[in-house]
Amino acid sequence: MDSANLDQIIEQHRGKPGDLIHVLMEVQHQNHWLPRDVLHQIAEALNIPFSRVLRIATLYKTFSLTPKGRNEVHVCTGISCHLRGANKLLDAVERATGIKPGETDAGWRFTLDTGSCLGSCSIGPEIIVNGTHHARMTPAKVEDVLKEYQ
Amino acid sequence: MTRLNSAAELEQLRAGILSSRDPAKPCIAVCAGAACHGLDSVRVAQAFQAEVAKLGPGAGLEVRVTGCHGYCEKGPNVVVDPEGICYFEVKPEDVPEIIACTLKKEVVERLVYAHPDTGERAVHIGEVPFYKHQMRLLIGDNTRIDPMRIDDYLALGGYGALAKALFQMTPGQVLDEVKKANLRGRGGGGFPAGLKWETAKNAPGKDKYVIVNAHEGEPGAFMDRALFTGNPHKVLEGLIIGAYAIGSHRGFIYTRHDSPQLICHIEQALAQAEEYGLLGENILGSGFDFRVEVHYDVGIFVSGESSALMRSIEGNPPEPRPKYIRTSVAGIWDRPSNLNNVETWANVPQIISRGADWYRGIGTEGSKGTKLVSLSGNVVNSGVVEVPMGTPLRTIVYDIGGGIPGGKAAKAVHFGGPMGGSIPANLIDAPLDFDELAKLGAPIGAGGLLVMDEDTDMVDVARYFLEFLTNESCGKCVPCREGMRQTLKVLTNITKGKGREGDIARLEDLNDVTGAACLCALGRTASDPLKSMLRYFKVEYETQIARGSEGRSGNAAGSAAT
Repeated sequence: MDSANLDQIIEQHRGKPGDLIHVLMEVQHQNHWLPRDVLHQIAEALNIPFSRVLRIATLYKTFSLTPKGRNEVHVCTGISCHLRGANKLLDAVERATGIKPGETDAGWRFTLDTGSCLGSCSIGPEIIVNGTHHARMTPAKVEDVLKEYQ
Repeated sequence: MTRLNSAAELEQLRAGILSSRDPAKPCIAVCAGAACHGLDSVRVAQAFQAEVAKLGPGAGLEVRVTGCHGYCEKGPNVVVDPEGICYFEVKPEDVPEIIACTLKKEVVERLVYAHPDTGERAVHIGEVPFYKHQMRLLIGDNTRIDPMRIDDYLALGGYGALAKALFQMTPGQVLDEVKKANLRGRGGGGFPAGLKWETAKNAPGKDKYVIVNAHEGEPGAFMDRALFTGNPHKVLEGLIIGAYAIGSHRGFIYTRHDSPQLICHIEQALAQAEEYGLLGENILGSGFDFRVEVHYDVGIFVSGESSALMRSIEGNPPEPRPKYIRTSVAGIWDRPSNLNNVETWANVPQIISRGADWYRGIGTEGSKGTKLVSLSGNVVNSGVVEVPMGTPLRTIVYDIGGGIPGGKAAKAVHFGGPMGGSIPANLIDAPLDFDELAKLGAPIGAGGLLVMDEDTDMVDVARYFLEFLTNESCGKCVPCREGMRQTLKVLTNITKGKGREGDIARLEDLNDVTGAACLCALGRTASDPLKSMLRYFKVEYETQIARGSEGRSGNAAGSAAT
């Protein structure tokens, strides 16, 4: 994350209510994780104690303090997907990627996450890779879908 | 866009929009709701746009990309107006044929609804079983609105209720109308919105806030997103009217960060409303000022709780606080803050324009109006459903939902997600009513209705919900943080065949403590699904526990194999 970009994000939100959350959200969206030195810069620029920045950054689940792989794989484990076999789907994704939810593989190819619910229950169970939905998935289709993401 | 300075100018603009449109000209509405989007409706919409572009300016038809139509199971959905011809599971390859037939006033028979058993066809939206049992007062406009164009909303009479409120009614009269309509909060509690408004209105202090809760974190609930993404101005109009009644000049929309389409539509709606002078300073020349800002949930369920949500808007961690001081008296920055859910706000314009008496004519004694329901789980037709309050659940699950897939029997229906409850299939004639369903132990909650078939393991469902809430607890209060963990442990053991005698008593004891001692609704109602299970499905729990005990004694007798 280059510092001009960071400054721009900070200036856009400075002084508005909830500025810290807005800034962290924007950085997370663009950079996919929150490096510690960036958090320090944000704390300084917004004149907020670093401890408070960390508190917010660790509490809200969207924020990641570790780098993500090139492809973010999200298996929906919402109740509707759960009833339609999300567990088996998750097993298949774990087998195909060799990682568990929350982990990134050694080659930085995939980061795996679970979560609920993205509101597209009618087309579950599904996996979402880099924001693209793969609807009505079965464990057998996992390999083919993930092949597309290198 | 010109700024509107009076109600008359708004009506002039509306007349202009209507006169520029030919109501007989075919308009093809392509759904871009969450489910259709996931089924690649973008490519369908692009194909339509490309074909129409090829035909040139005299194409004789229009394409409109819209919000959710409702019948998510059969997406991508396409509706051709003015006739309301419904096409399902449309692929980009089908597009030229649809356009050709539409221009010839013909129907593409192979893409219309066919009943899975009888093969009977249904062409128009009013004939398709999924739609015909509904009363789509809120979501029905979705097929006629491009959410990015305020003119589409104005063409349907949009912001007429706001003009009526501002110029023909006092804030007190608006409040009285909403109270008289007995509009109850759609977010979960079912608390009368009018009373909440009144508390905020009468609370001391000059600065008051109104908030749209569009967090919708409940797993299996997707109706608010469908409504807000598809028709953002309806919610916004309700919010402005509410602000006028309460005397608030600053509003907040709190929504999910992970729905890019929703965010885009909200921002566009705010910008367009402001350009027209429907938002901002001196709205429609009435002297009333009101501004709205957007804030985001960044991934934690408890921030949908009203007091936690307000902490989050302030920029703090979303920890709920005790409710002996109501947020309508001391909310954001300790100022009176009136929070309602998306669907509640969306009901306001029609109450003002058509009157409380009309509204009271729909629904039951205690629950008025219609209710949006997200129908999902083991059901043939999942999607967004809107029915009058009082509709039997059987109508929703069987007539609209088409019953259970695979010829299986229903076992239970579950309302209200992780803080709701399940009732057995033999109670399926119960009406959709705040009070009736709460009595049965399955409060409507936000309106997520989950159908479970005969194969569903009810211990696992309770375990699933508790696992979800355990992960989402903010950890501020001990009964919630620790109580749920212990309950989850017991349930997990039962599902793994390690249940013990006395587990049910232990679960009931834990339920009592968390139900009484937790700070906020998350902890207090976390045990509700389990309570409903122990009320209706206790035998299943006992059987699984007994299996566990037997398994253990069997192991012990055989060898020390553990």
